[in-house]
Amino acid sequence: MTQSSTLTYESGANNESNRLLHSLWLLSLLLAASAGLSLCLGSFPTQPLQVLSALTAPAHSDIAFIIWQLRLPRIVLAILVGAALAMSGAILQSIVRNPLASPDVVGITSGAALAAVLYLTLLSTSLSTLLSIHWLPAAAMLGALVSALLVASLAWKNGISPSRVVLVGIGLAAAMGAGTTLLIVISEDSAAMTAYVWLTGSLYAAQWGDVMGLMPWLLAATPVVLAFSRHADAMALGDQVAEGLGVPILRSRMILLGCSVALAGAAVAFAGGLSFVGLIAPHLAAKLVGRNLARLVPVSALVGALIVVNADLLGRVAFLPKDLPAGIFVAGIGAPFFVYLLHRSRGRV
Amino acid sequence: MLTRHSFKSNAVKSNSIKSTSIKSTPAKSAGLLLAGLAAVGAFIASVMLGSTDIAWSSLWAALNHYDPSQVAHIILFTERLPRAVIAALVGASLAMAGVLMQTMTRNPLASPGILGLNAGAMFFVVVAVSLLPLHTPAHYVWAALLGAFVAAVLVVLLSRSRHGELSPLRVVLAGVAVTAMFVSFSQGLLVIDQQNFESVLYWLAGSVSGRELSLVVPLLPLFGGALLLSALLVRHANALLLGDEIVTGLGMQATTIKLLLGLVVIVLAGGAVALAGMIGFVGLIVPHMARGIFGIDHRWLLPASALLGACLLLLADVASRLLMPPQEIPVGVMTALIGTPFFIYLARRKMASQ
Repeated sequence: MTQSSTLTYESGANNESNRLLHSLWLLSLLLAASAGLSLCLGSFPTQPLQVLSALTAPAHSDIAFIIWQLRLPRIVLAILVGAALAMSGAILQSIVRNPLASPDVVGITSGAALAAVLYLTLLSTSLSTLLSIHWLPAAAMLGALVSALLVASLAWKNGISPSRVVLVGIGLAAAMGAGTTLLIVISEDSAAMTAYVWLTGSLYAAQWGDVMGLMPWLLAATPVVLAFSRHADAMALGDQVAEGLGVPILRSRMILLGCSVALAGAAVAFAGGLSFVGLIAPHLAAKLVGRNLARLVPVSALVGALIVVNADLLGRVAFLPKDLPAGIFVAGIGAPFFVYLLHRSRGRV
Repeated sequence: MLTRHSFKSNAVKSNSIKSTSIKSTPAKSAGLLLAGLAAVGAFIASVMLGSTDIAWSSLWAALNHYDPSQVAHIILFTERLPRAVIAALVGASLAMAGVLMQTMTRNPLASPGILGLNAGAMFFVVVAVSLLPLHTPAHYVWAALLGAFVAAVLVVLLSRSRHGELSPLRVVLAGVAVTAMFVSFSQGLLVIDQQNFESVLYWLAGSVSGRELSLVVPLLPLFGGALLLSALLVRHANALLLGDEIVTGLGMQATTIKLLLGLVVIVLAGGAVALAGMIGFVGLIVPHMARGIFGIDHRWLLPASALLGACLLLLADVASRLLMPPQEIPVGVMTALIGTPFFIYLARRKMASQ
């Protein structure tokens, strides 16, 4: 009996790691294909062979500037942003234990957006000598952190109940959205349009500096998340079970929440309010490899990257000569998906 | 099972509210009179205060002998008066819609803003303005009503779980999903079609300024019909609070009553958006205030909410003019900033019991 059960367990584990490997390979291939396509397409017509030679021997190519300085940083940034948002969403859904939680729904993104727009407004005033645009990411991240702390402390009532977190987050998101609208309305017209496009989520004019700014956050957060993923899986079974297994619940939850906030804040800081990536990507990933966080996180990251790269490609190419924010396409697909998820989850929430 | 349980806890809650609210009919009449006076006072304040204050004497003169050569008279008739009328109408209709929605869903967090009706109406108006050649006020109104209707149907479908009960979290999440969908579509239109930026932002932020009185005209018969219908159904609305069986006892199907009241809500919320864009939280706060003072009887609650809603929006609009001159804050932003603490308080109290 015992032997056979361990056998099936092992073959099950094998099966699951096979699925993980297959998913990772498939998604990486798709991502590489999308990135390649994105590299070849644009307002300036380029041939695949030209692009290849520009990549391998930039010194001898006429389009090296377009490829290396315009398209490539934008694609890399899209990958990083998508991965960060998706990981943040996966973590949040797992610790809040609600499939509808995501950085946008619980107000983390709107906190970051409010801080960033406030910073942009301050930049256009007399304070501009003291401030520089390079600190915008820091401002956005601070906003994300403050709003996460606010949500957590306002939802605190003899412990944190997941549904209270969601409701309080929705309320705070409304207030911070109002604050953002206020800032946009009272600032000058040109600044208002910039802020608005930024809010929709755009990768326009991405530079290598942005990539370098976002990369450390991903590199720092990923190992921490993977290390704590076992605790998260135990907590998903219920607080009592987790406690019985010896998981320091509060500490693990706070560390994972911190990672989620840092990832979402960093992504928002460099790409604006790309909503719904953090909601959709973990769900699609869960369909592939299940809800186990250690498996969910890498697959979500790839799915998120895939979504953002393709949305940005669509925004760049579909309505030439206009360069539309990727956020429009993500939201246009993501919002109906949210509605669909809610429909699917009938009887569970 | 769950419905009955939540109904019981609601009944307990309404009892505890009743103990603090006024009970005798003369006192309620006096309260209603006071609320009416406050609304009139807020209306007069809204007409007189602003970047140029208008004196009593010129207000009086303008009403008796309109003189188009005087600046004060022109400001009064082209800007202040339409604005005050629209603020009062929008505030009253949002508050009444909120009362009816909270009664129908038995959910203290329900309101036209949170459940996505405002966003649906707004999106359809934006589409009518920017994509279709529909530019007259009557078109706005029909687009807004259609949008509110679509959003309401979506939210009802989404918030119904398999067993038919409506948990507060689900209802709110359905509203958030529908709002997110319509707002993101509108934002997409906005970025694609930047020429209409100003007008779309107007609907998104919610404002009662710069609208003409002619906008109100096509809405008057609709508002009148909604008022009449809700007046005819007050007793049924009271019965809905006690449970669907009681309504059936009054000789009408609960579903019919809910459909009729839903129609009233859609007309009120859609009309409010057609006039002023997305103004949130009035429909959430005011019903709770009115219930605290007048109790849960809809015969008093509905008129009181209408008066207090008008009062709140008029005052919020005055504040939005005076806080940061010469800039005007959109009144929808003001109401959101006032309303959020209240929403969080309700969310904490409601979810604590679960």
